[in-house]
Amino acid sequence: MWEFLQDPIFQITVRSLQISGTATLLSVLWSFPLGTVIGMKTFPGKQLVKDVFNALLGMPTIALGLILYLLFSRSGALGFLHLFPSPQAIVLGQAILVTPILVSLTTNAVESVDPSIRDLAKTLGASDLEVSITVLRESTGGVALAIIASFNRAIAELGVALAVGANLRGNTQVLTTVIAMEINRGNIEYSIQLMVILLTIVFAITILTNLLRRRIE
Amino acid sequence: MKWLMNLKDITKRYRETTVLDIANLNILEKEIFTILGPNGSGKTTMLKIMASIEEPTSGEVFFEGKRIDDRNRSQARKKCTMVFQKTTLFNTTVYKNVAYGLKLRGYSKKEIAEKTKETLGLVKLTGYEKRPAKQLSGGEQQRVSLARALALNTRLLLLDEPTANLDPKNVSIIEETISRVNREFDTTIVMATHNTFQAQTLTNRVALLLRGKIAEIGAPQEIFRGPSKDLASFARLENVFSGDSNILQEGTSVIMVDDGVEIETALEKSGKVTVFVRPEDIIVSKKTLASSARNIFKGKIAEVTDLGSVVKLRVDAGKEFVVQITKLSFVEMQLNIGSTVFLTFKASSVHVVQ
Repeated sequence: MWEFLQDPIFQITVRSLQISGTATLLSVLWSFPLGTVIGMKTFPGKQLVKDVFNALLGMPTIALGLILYLLFSRSGALGFLHLFPSPQAIVLGQAILVTPILVSLTTNAVESVDPSIRDLAKTLGASDLEVSITVLRESTGGVALAIIASFNRAIAELGVALAVGANLRGNTQVLTTVIAMEINRGNIEYSIQLMVILLTIVFAITILTNLLRRRIE
Repeated sequence: MKWLMNLKDITKRYRETTVLDIANLNILEKEIFTILGPNGSGKTTMLKIMASIEEPTSGEVFFEGKRIDDRNRSQARKKCTMVFQKTTLFNTTVYKNVAYGLKLRGYSKKEIAEKTKETLGLVKLTGYEKRPAKQLSGGEQQRVSLARALALNTRLLLLDEPTANLDPKNVSIIEETISRVNREFDTTIVMATHNTFQAQTLTNRVALLLRGKIAEIGAPQEIFRGPSKDLASFARLENVFSGDSNILQEGTSVIMVDDGVEIETALEKSGKVTVFVRPEDIIVSKKTLASSARNIFKGKIAEVTDLGSVVKLRVDAGKEFVVQITKLSFVEMQLNIGSTVFLTFKASSVHVVQ
């Protein structure tokens, strides 16, 4: 058992799950309120804001990685935080990366909820915050999709993890950075093992979340 | 009687269109008040303003003597709830739907369970707690909506067309529940409807709302005694007949309706008139009655509609008459489609549409 826990593949897998899971949860903290407000409120420039988030969905991960590297490196604007290279930097980078996905899909989910649900919640005595929570709960399907899509994007990305994590053994190595490194080294068999683990995680989480969502609904 | 809510100089405008213009309206404590009007007359807007989920463009709403403003709006909302015409349910079980407002009010789990069970019983949905609300029939869904509002035991209950598009069985359950809640819990009820039958039978006072303005207000007997053109303009009055009226020597008039039908009325009117007879004022019998009634017609039952405790019959007697009798009478007289019946009504039951 101890040997299994010390196995590099196990450690890399757990680290990948931790980093991408934390990044997704971190992004949820600001993306859900933001998506809910955009979805529920009417304000000038609303369509423009939605278009910007939609455009950011296609952000190349290496471009974001490079921007973050320039910010976090010692000579960068945020160099004093000493985040480069570290798992925390990857978490922050992936959280930023998945923000457009979470915001756009949450906005869509909230907008798809019957507007009369808001009046209903109000007339049953809900405050503005409770109305928002109710609307979000009514869009469980869309919200679950947003979380799955964000986590999958985070765990499958390479650019950010490589740029601000530097693929340090036992510290910032995640599944995608190790696969890329082993391909370069010619260790195809090892790369395939890691790829199978990565795909298993992505599919398993998607299936489990869908099952859970159906049960909630 | 003391008023519970007062609408003062209320207007609601959407861009350039004024959809509501109410100078002064009091809702009295413990009454059932009906807002009667056609589609688009402003009934729903008025209810939403009363429920504090929509703000008027101008004017003031007073509830329990206090003016509703931004500071006390959420408190007012908790003492007054609304059931919408379009049934809206949370995507969860019946129990959680009914429990929603109770949870917001901080009731314990035990209290929520008790109140939910009690109100589901009121609307005859006992045992439905675990069922997904959205999978119920339309009538059952509307009853869940009503139960969810009733569970809160608010002082004011606002109902927007609560029985629109429902079958007679569900209509009957909802009407019975409305009466019971008002009678037993002293809940003040404001109900929007375009159903004149409900406005006459269920309520204490009726306001006729036309194009956003109150055209008439009063007890149902006053509003329906001799219906105005305003009411007749949208209400589906039964047994409406037009014809030439001739004054008789006895001080009554006879109206020559088409197809040889003559109706005697206790009014001295000549010339072209439109009259109506209330379905409940017509006596149905299997043989002619020896009575003082001046109008007797023989006809055959063409259609039977079950309205719960009463039955509505369409009778072909040269002209089509709609009559209303209790279900008990219907069963005892062994009536059915095709049965021959006599329709009897007094000349004083014939009202002129003014």
